[in-house]
Amino acid sequence: MLLGLDVPPISHLVRWENLFGTDGPFGINKVVLLTWLAVIIVLVFFFSARKRQLVPSGTQNFAEAIVDFIRNDIILQTMGSEGLYWTPFLLTLFAFIFVCNIFEIIPAIQMPVTARMAIPFFMTMIVYFIYHFMGIKHQGVGGYFKSMLFPPGVPKALYALVTPIEFITYFFTRPLSLAVRLFANLLAGHLLLVTFSILTAALFSATYIGAIVPGSLLVALYGFEVLVAVLQAFIFTILTAVYIGGAMHPEH
Amino acid sequence: MHHLLMLAAQDPGELQKGLTAVGRGIVYGGAAIGPGIGIGIVVGNAITAMARQPEAAGVARTTMFLGIAFTEALALFGFVLAFIISG
Repeated sequence: MLLGLDVPPISHLVRWENLFGTDGPFGINKVVLLTWLAVIIVLVFFFSARKRQLVPSGTQNFAEAIVDFIRNDIILQTMGSEGLYWTPFLLTLFAFIFVCNIFEIIPAIQMPVTARMAIPFFMTMIVYFIYHFMGIKHQGVGGYFKSMLFPPGVPKALYALVTPIEFITYFFTRPLSLAVRLFANLLAGHLLLVTFSILTAALFSATYIGAIVPGSLLVALYGFEVLVAVLQAFIFTILTAVYIGGAMHPEH
Repeated sequence: MHHLLMLAAQDPGELQKGLTAVGRGIVYGGAAIGPGIGIGIVVGNAITAMARQPEAAGVARTTMFLGIAFTEALALFGFVLAFIISG
């Protein structure tokens, strides 16, 4: 109970019943179905844009705009032209995260898949292994750890301080913050929308006129959540690009 | 104060629930202070850079989002931690 409102506990807002009589770790619930739906949407979108025409129209136009955005605003800004090899990976990541995020505000679905830790965690694990693998591949095991743990240009005595910090940063803070950033942003957005919906509903049933203020704020928050969905997909993708680019080319 | 302690002795579960709620509030509130200041500095300086050199606005914007993302992570850790704390 909060201000006389009946706000459900957080576990009720993001946890869903298993469907189709499945159970245990392979149980299928709403979030799993939405994940599959996101995969299908991304696949259908890019396959329908494959019919190349000289003068693009419709789907192809939109798809080309997204590819252009990934190329120019993410890869060329952070990794340089060598990073263009990673365009398909980053494009998939961006499109998938965006579709997962935008489920938050689609009526009748209203559940961001990325507000459950599993999806951000799994994507972060992929990114984590890729950037360490690319670092070792490009610099060798010794060279990678040397440039990671003993950055050049630091006074010798400071290594006692810098090396542990760098170690924690590369192995714990980076993957943790990458996953938690996406997860917490979407969870917070979901909770915000739920809170305002409950407030609006309660005020509407009590005093019709009183629901105007929280109701119009709710509409504004929907717009804000569109922004958050795009921004978080963008930030996850650009940080992936920065991490991979940094592993490939250490700062001199 | 004495009265409160008497109440707590009667129903320790309620006291624990209340203190958990207070702890959650303190954790999130504390975690939001630093990143709030930090994001202000990042965005303010990015706007200064964009105003001084509009032709470099693209680079400044990308870097600004990166800086926001790094700074914001601390507040989000606090947000998640506030839910993890249980009485």
